[in-house]
Amino acid sequence: MIDRDQVLHVARLARLALTDEEVERMSTELSSILDHIEKINELDDLHEAEPTSHVVALENVLRADEPRPSWPRERMLAEAPDAAEHGFRVPSPGA
Amino acid sequence: MSELASLTAAQAAERVRAGELSPRELFDFYRERAASEDLNAFLWVAEEAPEVPADAPLGGVPLGVKDLFCVEDVPSCAASRILEGYRPPYTATAVRKLAEAGAPMLGKTNMDEFAMGSSNENSAFGPVKNPWDHTRVPGGSSGGSAAAVAAGLVPWAIGTDTGGSIRQPAALCGIVGLKPTYGAVSRYGMIAFASSLDQAGPLTRDVTDCALLLRHMVGRDPNDATSVGLPEEVRLPTAERLDGLRFGVPPELTGEGIEPGVREVFEQTLKLIEELGGAVEEVRLPHAGHGISAYYVLAPAEASANLARYDGIRFGRRAEDFDDLLSLYERTRAEGFGPEVKRRIMLGTYALSSGYYEAYYGRAQKVRTKIAEDFRHAFERVDLIVTPTSPTVAFKLGERTGDPLAMYLSDYCTVPMPLAGIPAISIPGGLSEGLPVGIQLAGPAFSENRILDAAYALEQAIGFEGGPWRG
Repeated sequence: MIDRDQVLHVARLARLALTDEEVERMSTELSSILDHIEKINELDDLHEAEPTSHVVALENVLRADEPRPSWPRERMLAEAPDAAEHGFRVPSPGA
Repeated sequence: MSELASLTAAQAAERVRAGELSPRELFDFYRERAASEDLNAFLWVAEEAPEVPADAPLGGVPLGVKDLFCVEDVPSCAASRILEGYRPPYTATAVRKLAEAGAPMLGKTNMDEFAMGSSNENSAFGPVKNPWDHTRVPGGSSGGSAAAVAAGLVPWAIGTDTGGSIRQPAALCGIVGLKPTYGAVSRYGMIAFASSLDQAGPLTRDVTDCALLLRHMVGRDPNDATSVGLPEEVRLPTAERLDGLRFGVPPELTGEGIEPGVREVFEQTLKLIEELGGAVEEVRLPHAGHGISAYYVLAPAEASANLARYDGIRFGRRAEDFDDLLSLYERTRAEGFGPEVKRRIMLGTYALSSGYYEAYYGRAQKVRTKIAEDFRHAFERVDLIVTPTSPTVAFKLGERTGDPLAMYLSDYCTVPMPLAGIPAISIPGGLSEGLPVGIQLAGPAFSENRILDAAYALEQAIGFEGGPWRG
Protein backbone atom coordinates (compact mmCIF):
# COMPACT_ATOMS: atom_id res chain seq x y z
CA MET A 1 0.00 0.00 0.00
CA ILE A 2 1.32 3.39 -1.05
CA ASP A 3 -0.02 6.07 1.26
CA ARG A 4 -0.56 9.75 0.62
CA ASP A 5 2.80 10.80 2.10
CA GLN A 6 4.67 8.33 -0.08
CA VAL A 7 2.85 9.59 -3.18
CA LEU A 8 3.82 13.16 -2.31
CA HIS A 9 7.43 12.15 -1.65
CA VAL A 10 7.71 10.35 -5.01
CA ALA A 11 5.96 13.21 -6.85
CA ARG A 12 8.55 15.58 -5.37
CA LEU A 13 11.38 13.34 -6.60
CA ALA A 14 9.76 13.21 -10.04
CA ARG A 15 9.18 16.99 -10.15
CA LEU A 16 5.45 16.53 -10.69
CA ALA A 17 2.82 18.79 -9.13
CA LEU A 18 -0.25 16.66 -8.35
CA THR A 19 -3.72 17.84 -7.43
CA ASP A 20 -5.33 16.39 -4.28
CA GLU A 21 -7.56 14.27 -6.47
CA GLU A 22 -4.53 12.94 -8.37
CA VAL A 23 -2.77 12.10 -5.10
CA GLU A 24 -5.75 10.04 -3.97
CA ARG A 25 -6.09 8.24 -7.29
CA MET A 26 -2.35 7.62 -7.58
CA SER A 27 -2.32 6.04 -4.14
CA THR A 28 -5.04 3.52 -5.09
CA GLU A 29 -3.78 2.80 -8.60
CA LEU A 30 -0.10 2.42 -7.73
CA SER A 31 -1.01 0.13 -4.85
CA SER A 32 -2.98 -2.20 -7.11
CA ILE A 33 -0.24 -2.23 -9.76
CA LEU A 34 2.47 -2.88 -7.16
CA ASP A 35 0.40 -5.73 -5.68
CA HIS A 36 0.51 -7.39 -9.08
CA ILE A 37 4.21 -6.65 -9.56
CA GLU A 38 5.01 -8.20 -6.20
CA LYS A 39 4.10 -11.59 -7.62
CA ILE A 40 7.74 -11.74 -8.72
CA ASN A 41 8.52 -12.30 -5.04
CA GLU A 42 7.03 -15.78 -5.50
CA LEU A 43 10.01 -16.70 -7.68
CA ASP A 44 12.59 -18.58 -5.64
CA ASP A 45 15.21 -19.13 -8.37
CA LEU A 46 16.49 -15.59 -8.77
CA HIS A 47 19.39 -15.67 -6.30
CA GLU A 48 21.89 -16.98 -8.85
CA ALA A 49 20.58 -14.88 -11.77
CA GLU A 50 22.63 -11.94 -13.00
CA PRO A 51 20.61 -8.79 -13.65
CA THR A 52 20.12 -7.98 -17.36
CA SER A 53 20.67 -4.36 -18.28
CA HIS A 54 21.29 -4.98 -21.99
CA VAL A 55 20.05 -7.88 -24.12
CA VAL A 56 22.59 -7.92 -26.95
CA ALA A 57 26.20 -8.81 -26.15
CA LEU A 58 28.21 -5.74 -27.11
CA GLU A 59 31.85 -4.83 -26.61
CA ASN A 60 32.69 -1.18 -26.09
CA VAL A 61 31.52 0.80 -29.10
CA LEU A 62 34.06 3.52 -29.78
CA ARG A 63 34.50 6.11 -32.47
CA ALA A 64 37.52 8.18 -33.48
CA ASP A 65 37.86 11.19 -31.18
CA GLU A 66 37.68 13.79 -33.93
CA PRO A 67 36.19 17.25 -33.62
CA ARG A 68 33.06 17.89 -35.64
CA PRO A 69 30.65 20.79 -35.84
CA SER A 70 27.88 20.89 -33.26
CA TRP A 71 24.33 22.04 -33.94
CA PRO A 72 24.02 25.77 -34.65
CA ARG A 73 23.25 27.65 -31.43
CA GLU A 74 20.36 29.65 -32.92
CA ARG A 75 18.63 26.50 -34.21
CA MET A 76 18.83 24.94 -30.75
CA LEU A 77 17.51 28.06 -29.07
CA ALA A 78 14.66 28.27 -31.61
CA GLU A 79 12.81 25.49 -29.73
CA ALA A 80 13.21 27.05 -26.28
CA PRO A 81 10.13 28.51 -24.56
CA ASP A 82 12.21 31.46 -23.33
CA ALA A 83 15.54 32.16 -25.02
CA ALA A 84 17.51 35.29 -24.23
CA GLU A 85 21.05 36.51 -24.91
CA HIS A 86 22.12 33.29 -26.62
CA GLY A 87 20.94 31.15 -23.73
CA PHE A 88 17.96 29.58 -21.98
CA ARG A 89 16.34 31.98 -19.52
CA VAL A 90 15.13 30.46 -16.25
CA PRO A 91 13.91 31.96 -12.99
CA SER A 92 16.45 32.12 -10.21
CA PRO A 93 16.56 28.81 -8.30
CA GLY A 94 16.35 30.78 -5.06
CA ALA A 95 13.63 33.21 -6.13
CA MET B 1 -12.52 2.53 -53.62
CA SER B 2 -9.92 3.18 -56.29
CA GLU B 3 -7.96 0.29 -57.65
CA LEU B 4 -4.79 2.05 -56.44
CA ALA B 5 -5.84 1.57 -52.82
CA SER B 6 -6.06 -2.19 -53.24
CA LEU B 7 -2.40 -2.56 -54.24
CA THR B 8 0.07 -3.69 -51.61
CA ALA B 9 3.13 -1.48 -51.23
CA ALA B 10 5.30 -4.00 -53.09
CA GLN B 11 2.79 -4.10 -55.97
CA ALA B 12 2.62 -0.30 -56.11
CA ALA B 13 6.43 -0.07 -56.10
CA GLU B 14 6.54 -2.58 -58.96
CA ARG B 15 4.10 -0.46 -61.03
CA VAL B 16 6.21 2.63 -60.43
CA ARG B 17 9.39 0.87 -61.48
CA ALA B 18 7.65 -0.45 -64.62
CA GLY B 19 6.71 3.12 -65.53
CA GLU B 20 2.96 2.45 -65.22
CA LEU B 21 2.43 4.73 -62.23
CA SER B 22 4.10 7.98 -61.21
CA PRO B 23 5.26 8.38 -57.62
CA ARG B 24 3.53 11.75 -57.56
CA GLU B 25 0.19 10.26 -58.56
CA LEU B 26 0.57 7.65 -55.84
CA PHE B 27 1.55 10.21 -53.22
CA ASP B 28 -1.27 12.60 -54.11
CA PHE B 29 -3.80 9.78 -54.01
CA TYR B 30 -2.81 8.86 -50.45
CA ARG B 31 -2.30 12.47 -49.39
CA GLU B 32 -5.93 13.10 -50.26
CA ARG B 33 -7.05 10.05 -48.29
CA ALA B 34 -4.90 10.82 -45.24
CA ALA B 35 -5.97 14.48 -45.17
CA SER B 36 -9.68 13.64 -45.17
CA GLU B 37 -9.75 10.58 -42.88
CA ASP B 38 -12.20 10.18 -40.00
CA LEU B 39 -10.28 7.80 -37.72
CA ASN B 40 -7.97 10.44 -36.14
CA ALA B 41 -5.08 8.29 -37.36
CA PHE B 42 -2.96 11.19 -38.60
CA LEU B 43 -1.65 14.13 -36.57
CA TRP B 44 0.06 15.81 -39.51
CA VAL B 45 -0.03 15.23 -43.27
CA ALA B 46 2.62 16.40 -45.77
CA GLU B 47 1.59 19.12 -48.22
CA GLU B 48 3.69 18.08 -51.16
CA ALA B 49 5.13 14.97 -52.71
CA PRO B 50 8.92 14.90 -52.35
CA GLU B 51 11.14 14.07 -55.32
CA VAL B 52 11.86 10.34 -55.53
CA PRO B 53 14.52 8.95 -57.90
CA ALA B 54 12.93 6.70 -60.55
CA ASP B 55 15.09 3.72 -59.62
CA ALA B 56 14.55 3.91 -55.84
CA PRO B 57 13.94 0.37 -54.58
CA LEU B 58 10.79 1.37 -52.67
CA GLY B 59 9.34 3.16 -55.68
CA GLY B 60 8.12 6.29 -53.93
CA VAL B 61 5.45 4.39 -52.00
CA PRO B 62 4.48 6.81 -49.19
CA LEU B 63 5.02 5.93 -45.54
CA GLY B 64 3.11 6.63 -42.33
CA VAL B 65 5.49 7.60 -39.53
CA LYS B 66 4.55 7.27 -35.86
CA ASP B 67 4.73 10.65 -34.17
CA LEU B 68 7.49 9.26 -31.95
CA PHE B 69 10.06 9.66 -34.73
CA CYS B 70 11.79 13.02 -35.02
CA VAL B 71 11.62 14.52 -38.50
CA GLU B 72 13.50 17.72 -39.26
CA ASP B 73 11.26 20.80 -39.11
CA VAL B 74 8.08 18.67 -38.95
CA PRO B 75 5.96 18.64 -35.77
CA SER B 76 7.13 15.62 -33.73
CA CYS B 77 5.64 15.43 -30.28
CA ALA B 78 5.01 11.75 -29.41
CA ALA B 79 1.32 12.75 -29.07
CA SER B 80 2.16 14.75 -25.92
CA ARG B 81 1.16 18.29 -24.97
CA ILE B 82 4.57 18.77 -23.43
CA LEU B 83 6.14 18.65 -26.92
CA GLU B 84 3.34 20.44 -28.73
CA GLY B 85 4.78 22.55 -31.53
CA TYR B 86 8.24 20.99 -31.24
CA ARG B 87 10.01 20.82 -34.59
CA PRO B 88 13.19 18.77 -34.29
CA PRO B 89 16.40 19.96 -35.91
CA TYR B 90 17.17 16.48 -37.24
CA THR B 91 15.55 13.33 -38.69
CA ALA B 92 15.48 9.85 -37.16
CA THR B 93 17.81 7.41 -38.93
CA ALA B 94 15.03 4.92 -39.76
CA VAL B 95 12.93 7.65 -41.41
CA ARG B 96 15.93 9.01 -43.30
CA LYS B 97 16.96 5.57 -44.57
CA LEU B 98 13.44 4.79 -45.78
CA ALA B 99 13.12 8.18 -47.52
CA GLU B 100 16.46 7.55 -49.26
CA ALA B 101 15.25 4.10 -50.35
CA GLY B 102 12.13 5.65 -51.88
CA ALA B 103 9.50 5.59 -49.11
CA PRO B 104 8.84 9.29 -48.43
CA MET B 105 6.87 10.30 -45.35
CA LEU B 106 3.18 10.92 -45.98
CA GLY B 107 2.42 12.04 -42.44
CA LYS B 108 2.81 11.58 -38.71
CA THR B 109 0.49 9.04 -37.12
CA ASN B 110 -1.32 9.22 -33.81
CA MET B 111 -0.19 7.11 -30.84
CA ASP B 112 -0.46 6.72 -27.10
CA GLU B 113 1.44 9.58 -25.46
CA PHE B 114 5.16 8.67 -25.35
CA ALA B 115 4.13 5.16 -26.54
CA MET B 116 2.59 4.37 -23.16
CA GLY B 117 -0.61 2.48 -23.75
CA SER B 118 -2.34 -0.43 -25.45
CA SER B 119 -5.39 1.30 -26.92
CA ASN B 120 -4.29 4.67 -28.33
CA GLU B 121 -6.64 6.31 -25.83
CA ASN B 122 -3.71 8.01 -24.09
CA SER B 123 -2.98 10.37 -26.98
CA ALA B 124 -3.19 14.05 -26.04
CA PHE B 125 -4.87 14.51 -29.43
CA GLY B 126 -7.71 12.07 -28.90
CA PRO B 127 -8.16 8.35 -29.48
CA VAL B 128 -7.93 6.59 -32.85
CA LYS B 129 -10.85 4.51 -34.09
CA ASN B 130 -10.46 0.94 -35.28
CA PRO B 131 -11.35 0.91 -39.00
CA TRP B 132 -13.11 -2.47 -38.57
CA ASP B 133 -15.49 -1.01 -35.99
CA HIS B 134 -15.42 2.67 -35.09
CA THR B 135 -16.60 1.99 -31.53
CA ARG B 136 -13.45 -0.03 -30.80
CA VAL B 137 -9.80 0.75 -30.13
CA PRO B 138 -7.10 0.09 -32.74
CA GLY B 139 -4.67 -1.08 -30.05
CA GLY B 140 -1.55 0.76 -29.08
CA SER B 141 0.73 2.36 -28.79
CA SER B 142 1.24 2.46 -32.59
CA GLY B 143 -2.54 2.67 -33.07
CA GLY B 144 -2.50 5.45 -35.67
CA SER B 145 -0.01 3.58 -37.87
CA ALA B 146 -1.99 0.34 -37.63
CA ALA B 147 -5.39 1.95 -38.27
CA ALA B 148 -4.02 3.99 -41.19
CA VAL B 149 -2.58 0.89 -42.90
CA ALA B 150 -5.70 -1.19 -42.23
CA ALA B 151 -7.99 1.53 -43.58
CA GLY B 152 -5.92 2.07 -46.71
CA LEU B 153 -5.01 5.65 -45.75
CA VAL B 154 -1.35 4.83 -46.37
CA PRO B 155 0.28 1.79 -48.02
CA TRP B 156 2.60 1.07 -45.10
CA ALA B 157 3.86 2.59 -41.88
CA ILE B 158 6.45 2.36 -39.15
CA GLY B 159 5.93 2.19 -35.43
CA THR B 160 7.83 1.29 -32.30
CA ASP B 161 7.44 -1.65 -29.95
CA THR B 162 8.49 -1.62 -26.30
CA GLY B 163 6.10 -4.22 -24.86
CA GLY B 164 3.91 -5.00 -27.87
CA SER B 165 3.23 -1.58 -29.38
CA ILE B 166 3.67 -2.76 -32.99
CA ARG B 167 2.34 -6.32 -32.73
CA GLN B 168 -0.80 -5.72 -30.64
CA PRO B 169 -2.25 -2.88 -32.80
CA ALA B 170 -1.33 -4.87 -35.93
CA ALA B 171 -3.32 -7.79 -34.48
CA LEU B 172 -6.31 -5.67 -33.52
CA CYS B 173 -6.41 -4.01 -36.96
CA GLY B 174 -5.87 -7.17 -39.03
CA ILE B 175 -2.49 -6.29 -40.53
CA VAL B 176 1.14 -7.44 -40.22
CA GLY B 177 3.52 -5.93 -37.66
CA LEU B 178 7.08 -6.92 -36.81
CA LYS B 179 9.26 -6.06 -33.83
CA PRO B 180 12.85 -6.68 -34.91
CA THR B 181 15.70 -7.98 -32.74
CA TYR B 182 16.88 -5.28 -30.32
CA GLY B 183 19.61 -3.34 -32.14
CA ALA B 184 18.54 -4.29 -35.70
CA VAL B 185 17.17 -0.79 -36.35
CA SER B 186 18.77 2.43 -35.12
CA ARG B 187 16.93 4.22 -32.30
CA TYR B 188 18.52 7.56 -33.24
CA GLY B 189 15.78 10.17 -33.42
CA MET B 190 13.17 8.04 -31.68
CA ILE B 191 11.71 9.91 -28.72
CA ALA B 192 12.82 7.57 -25.93
CA PHE B 193 10.41 5.65 -23.71
CA ALA B 194 12.35 2.65 -22.34
CA SER B 195 15.70 2.60 -24.10
CA SER B 196 16.65 -1.01 -23.34
CA LEU B 197 13.39 -2.25 -24.92
CA ASP B 198 12.36 0.26 -27.63
CA GLN B 199 12.68 -0.98 -31.20
CA ALA B 200 11.26 0.35 -34.47
CA GLY B 201 9.59 -1.86 -37.05
CA PRO B 202 7.13 -2.08 -39.96
CA LEU B 203 3.30 -2.21 -39.98
CA THR B 204 2.11 -3.44 -43.37
CA ARG B 205 -0.71 -5.06 -45.34
CA ASP B 206 1.15 -8.32 -45.86
CA VAL B 207 4.33 -10.20 -45.02
CA THR B 208 6.07 -9.33 -48.30
CA ASP B 209 5.62 -5.59 -47.63
CA CYS B 210 6.91 -6.19 -44.11
CA ALA B 211 10.11 -7.81 -45.38
CA LEU B 212 10.62 -5.12 -48.02
CA LEU B 213 10.26 -2.27 -45.52
CA LEU B 214 12.38 -3.98 -42.87
CA ARG B 215 15.19 -4.58 -45.39
CA HIS B 216 15.64 -0.83 -45.76
CA MET B 217 15.27 0.07 -42.07
CA VAL B 218 17.94 -2.11 -40.52
CA GLY B 219 21.61 -1.35 -40.12
CA ARG B 220 24.30 -0.23 -37.74
CA ASP B 221 24.25 3.50 -37.12
CA PRO B 222 27.14 5.50 -35.66
CA ASN B 223 24.52 7.67 -33.95
CA ASP B 224 23.16 4.72 -31.93
CA ALA B 225 25.93 2.78 -30.20
CA THR B 226 23.49 -0.06 -29.39
CA SER B 227 22.58 -0.63 -33.04
CA VAL B 228 24.09 -3.72 -34.66
CA GLY B 229 22.02 -4.28 -37.83
CA LEU B 230 21.26 -7.79 -39.05
CA PRO B 231 23.90 -10.39 -40.03
CA GLU B 232 22.29 -11.04 -43.44
CA GLU B 233 20.08 -9.08 -45.82
CA VAL B 234 16.34 -9.36 -45.25
CA ARG B 235 15.05 -11.63 -48.06
CA LEU B 236 11.65 -11.38 -49.65
CA PRO B 237 9.92 -14.53 -48.36
CA THR B 238 8.94 -17.29 -50.79
CA ALA B 239 8.38 -20.35 -48.57
CA GLU B 240 5.20 -22.27 -49.26
CA ARG B 241 5.80 -25.10 -46.80
CA LEU B 242 6.93 -25.39 -43.21
CA ASP B 243 8.62 -28.78 -43.57
CA GLY B 244 11.25 -29.42 -40.93
CA LEU B 245 10.30 -26.40 -38.82
CA ARG B 246 9.42 -27.03 -35.17
CA PHE B 247 6.89 -24.70 -33.54
CA GLY B 248 6.73 -24.40 -29.76
CA VAL B 249 3.49 -23.59 -27.96
CA PRO B 250 4.17 -22.22 -24.46
CA PRO B 251 1.31 -22.97 -22.04
CA GLU B 252 2.30 -19.88 -20.01
CA LEU B 253 1.21 -17.58 -22.87
CA THR B 254 -1.59 -19.61 -24.41
CA GLY B 255 -3.65 -20.77 -21.42
CA GLU B 256 -5.98 -18.96 -19.09
CA GLY B 257 -7.01 -15.48 -20.22
CA ILE B 258 -7.18 -16.15 -23.96
CA GLU B 259 -10.80 -15.52 -24.97
CA PRO B 260 -12.59 -18.43 -26.73
CA GLY B 261 -12.82 -16.83 -30.18
CA VAL B 262 -9.11 -16.07 -30.17
CA ARG B 263 -8.32 -19.58 -28.96
CA GLU B 264 -10.34 -21.05 -31.82
CA VAL B 265 -8.37 -19.11 -34.46
CA PHE B 266 -5.12 -20.01 -32.68
CA GLU B 267 -5.96 -23.71 -32.72
CA GLN B 268 -6.92 -23.58 -36.40
CA THR B 269 -3.54 -21.98 -37.06
CA LEU B 270 -1.73 -24.82 -35.24
CA LYS B 271 -3.58 -27.31 -37.47
CA LEU B 272 -2.57 -25.34 -40.55
CA ILE B 273 1.07 -25.38 -39.41
CA GLU B 274 0.93 -29.17 -39.26
CA GLU B 275 -0.80 -29.40 -42.65
CA LEU B 276 2.06 -27.34 -44.10
CA GLY B 277 4.60 -29.81 -42.75
CA GLY B 278 5.56 -28.06 -39.52
CA ALA B 279 5.78 -29.84 -36.18
CA VAL B 280 3.93 -28.44 -33.16
CA GLU B 281 4.98 -29.27 -29.61
CA GLU B 282 4.61 -27.83 -26.15
CA VAL B 283 7.56 -25.85 -24.85
CA ARG B 284 7.87 -24.32 -21.39
CA LEU B 285 8.70 -20.68 -20.65
CA PRO B 286 8.46 -20.92 -16.85
CA HIS B 287 9.13 -17.22 -16.16
CA ALA B 288 7.15 -15.71 -19.05
CA GLY B 289 4.08 -15.37 -16.86
CA HIS B 290 6.05 -12.87 -14.78
CA GLY B 291 6.84 -10.76 -17.86
CA ILE B 292 4.17 -8.15 -17.09
CA SER B 293 5.49 -7.66 -13.56
CA ALA B 294 9.09 -7.25 -14.70
CA TYR B 295 8.06 -5.05 -17.60
CA TYR B 296 5.98 -2.68 -15.48
CA VAL B 297 8.98 -2.09 -13.24
CA LEU B 298 11.68 -1.80 -15.89
CA ALA B 299 9.84 0.22 -18.56
CA PRO B 300 8.47 2.87 -16.13
CA ALA B 301 11.87 3.04 -14.38
CA GLU B 302 13.60 3.81 -17.67
CA ALA B 303 10.78 6.14 -18.68
CA SER B 304 11.04 8.12 -15.45
CA ALA B 305 14.69 8.81 -16.28
CA ASN B 306 14.13 9.44 -20.01
CA LEU B 307 11.25 11.84 -19.39
CA ALA B 308 13.24 13.88 -16.87
CA ARG B 309 14.40 15.97 -19.84
CA TYR B 310 10.95 17.54 -20.27
CA ASP B 311 11.44 20.40 -17.87
CA GLY B 312 10.20 23.42 -19.81
CA ILE B 313 13.67 24.86 -20.33
CA ARG B 314 15.16 23.80 -23.67
CA PHE B 315 12.22 22.77 -25.85
CA GLY B 316 8.51 22.11 -25.79
CA ARG B 317 6.00 23.59 -23.45
CA ARG B 318 6.52 25.68 -20.29
CA ALA B 319 3.87 26.46 -17.67
CA GLU B 320 2.93 30.11 -17.60
CA ASP B 321 2.46 30.36 -13.85
CA PHE B 322 5.37 29.59 -11.56
CA ASP B 323 7.08 31.04 -8.52
CA ASP B 324 10.58 29.69 -8.84
CA LEU B 325 12.63 27.14 -10.77
CA LEU B 326 11.24 24.15 -8.87
CA SER B 327 7.63 25.16 -9.43
CA LEU B 328 8.42 25.84 -13.09
CA TYR B 329 9.50 22.19 -13.42
CA GLU B 330 6.63 20.79 -11.40
CA ARG B 331 3.87 22.78 -13.08
CA THR B 332 5.25 22.38 -16.60
CA ARG B 333 5.24 18.62 -16.12
CA ALA B 334 1.84 18.62 -14.42
CA GLU B 335 0.30 20.50 -17.34
CA GLY B 336 2.24 18.78 -20.12
CA PHE B 337 1.91 15.07 -19.24
CA GLY B 338 -1.30 13.05 -19.45
CA PRO B 339 -2.56 10.73 -16.68
CA GLU B 340 -0.92 7.51 -17.93
CA VAL B 341 2.48 9.18 -18.40
CA LYS B 342 2.25 10.62 -14.88
CA ARG B 343 1.31 7.19 -13.53
CA ARG B 344 4.35 5.57 -15.15
CA ILE B 345 6.72 8.32 -14.07
CA MET B 346 5.46 7.84 -10.51
CA LEU B 347 5.72 4.05 -10.71
CA GLY B 348 9.24 4.22 -12.16
CA THR B 349 10.43 6.86 -9.71
CA TYR B 350 9.06 4.79 -6.82
CA ALA B 351 10.76 1.62 -8.10
CA LEU B 352 14.09 3.44 -8.33
CA SER B 353 13.80 5.33 -5.05
CA SER B 354 16.03 4.70 -2.08
CA GLY B 355 14.97 1.65 -0.11
CA TYR B 356 12.95 0.08 -2.94
CA TYR B 357 15.52 -0.14 -5.74
CA GLU B 358 16.71 -3.70 -5.03
CA ALA B 359 13.24 -5.07 -4.27
CA TYR B 360 11.76 -3.82 -7.52
CA TYR B 361 14.29 -2.78 -10.15
CA GLY B 362 17.06 -5.19 -9.17
CA ARG B 363 14.64 -8.10 -8.93
CA ALA B 364 12.92 -7.26 -12.22
CA GLN B 365 16.28 -7.24 -14.00
CA LYS B 366 16.88 -10.76 -12.70
CA VAL B 367 13.46 -11.89 -13.90
CA ARG B 368 14.45 -10.45 -17.26
CA THR B 369 17.54 -12.68 -17.27
CA LYS B 370 15.41 -15.73 -16.47
CA ILE B 371 12.92 -14.91 -19.24
CA ALA B 372 15.78 -14.61 -21.75
CA GLU B 373 17.17 -17.96 -20.50
CA ASP B 374 13.73 -19.58 -20.91
CA PHE B 375 13.68 -18.50 -24.56
CA ARG B 376 17.26 -19.73 -25.12
CA HIS B 377 16.37 -23.15 -23.73
CA ALA B 378 13.15 -23.27 -25.76
CA PHE B 379 15.00 -22.44 -28.98
CA GLU B 380 17.30 -25.42 -28.41
CA ARG B 381 14.20 -27.57 -29.03
CA VAL B 382 12.05 -25.51 -31.42
CA ASP B 383 12.70 -23.06 -34.26
CA LEU B 384 9.84 -20.68 -33.55
CA ILE B 385 7.36 -19.98 -30.78
CA VAL B 386 3.73 -19.42 -31.67
CA THR B 387 1.08 -17.70 -29.52
CA PRO B 388 -1.93 -15.45 -29.98
CA THR B 389 -0.70 -11.83 -30.19
CA SER B 390 -3.46 -10.43 -28.00
CA PRO B 391 -5.67 -12.40 -25.61
CA THR B 392 -8.74 -10.57 -26.96
CA VAL B 393 -9.94 -8.94 -30.15
CA ALA B 394 -10.20 -5.13 -30.29
CA PHE B 395 -12.06 -3.91 -27.20
CA LYS B 396 -14.51 -1.03 -26.94
CA LEU B 397 -13.30 2.55 -26.62
CA GLY B 398 -13.42 3.43 -22.92
CA GLU B 399 -13.76 -0.19 -21.77
CA ARG B 400 -10.42 -0.39 -19.94
CA THR B 401 -9.52 3.26 -19.32
CA GLY B 402 -10.73 3.13 -15.72
CA ASP B 403 -8.51 0.20 -14.78
CA PRO B 404 -4.80 0.66 -15.58
CA LEU B 405 -3.89 -2.86 -14.44
CA ALA B 406 -6.46 -4.47 -16.78
CA MET B 407 -4.98 -2.43 -19.62
CA TYR B 408 -1.44 -3.57 -18.70
CA LEU B 409 -2.49 -7.21 -18.63
CA SER B 410 -3.64 -7.02 -22.26
CA ASP B 411 0.09 -7.07 -23.18
CA TYR B 412 1.00 -10.37 -21.57
CA CYS B 413 1.59 -12.32 -24.80
CA THR B 414 3.86 -9.64 -26.30
CA VAL B 415 5.89 -8.37 -23.31
CA PRO B 416 8.32 -11.32 -22.87
CA MET B 417 9.93 -10.90 -26.33
CA PRO B 418 11.29 -7.37 -25.91
CA LEU B 419 12.47 -8.30 -22.41
CA ALA B 420 14.61 -10.97 -24.13
CA GLY B 421 15.44 -8.71 -27.10
CA ILE B 422 14.12 -11.26 -29.62
CA PRO B 423 12.13 -10.61 -32.82
CA ALA B 424 8.44 -11.42 -33.27
CA ILE B 425 5.79 -10.83 -35.91
CA SER B 426 2.00 -10.65 -35.76
CA ILE B 427 -0.04 -11.74 -38.77
CA PRO B 428 -3.82 -11.93 -39.16
CA GLY B 429 -4.96 -15.47 -38.41
CA GLY B 430 -8.69 -15.10 -38.97
CA LEU B 431 -11.76 -13.45 -37.51
CA SER B 432 -13.63 -13.78 -34.26
CA GLU B 433 -17.02 -12.07 -34.09
CA GLY B 434 -16.09 -10.22 -37.27
CA LEU B 435 -12.89 -8.79 -35.77
CA PRO B 436 -9.30 -9.76 -36.63
CA VAL B 437 -7.24 -12.12 -34.47
CA GLY B 438 -3.44 -11.86 -34.58
CA ILE B 439 -1.05 -14.82 -34.48
CA GLN B 440 2.42 -14.18 -33.10
CA LEU B 441 5.60 -15.95 -34.26
CA ALA B 442 8.79 -15.33 -32.26
CA GLY B 443 12.29 -16.59 -32.99
CA PRO B 444 15.81 -16.31 -31.61
CA ALA B 445 17.73 -13.03 -31.93
CA PHE B 446 18.51 -12.19 -35.59
CA SER B 447 16.14 -14.83 -37.00
CA GLU B 448 14.03 -12.28 -38.93
CA ASN B 449 14.37 -14.20 -42.23
CA ARG B 450 13.17 -17.42 -40.63
CA ILE B 451 10.21 -15.63 -39.04
CA LEU B 452 9.27 -13.88 -42.29
CA ASP B 453 9.48 -17.12 -44.30
CA ALA B 454 7.25 -19.00 -41.87
CA ALA B 455 4.83 -16.06 -41.61
CA TYR B 456 4.63 -15.90 -45.40
CA ALA B 457 3.85 -19.60 -45.79
CA LEU B 458 1.18 -19.32 -43.10
CA GLU B 459 -0.23 -16.15 -44.64
CA GLN B 460 -0.70 -17.90 -47.99
CA ALA B 461 -2.41 -20.86 -46.32
CA ILE B 462 -4.63 -18.70 -44.10
CA GLY B 463 -5.70 -16.56 -47.05
CA PHE B 464 -6.96 -13.75 -44.80
CA GLU B 465 -9.27 -11.77 -47.05
CA GLY B 466 -11.02 -9.29 -44.79
CA GLY B 467 -9.80 -5.78 -44.24
CA PRO B 468 -11.13 -2.29 -44.71
CA TRP B 469 -8.28 -1.43 -47.12
CA ARG B 470 -9.50 -4.10 -49.54
CA GLY B 471 -12.68 -2.05 -49.91
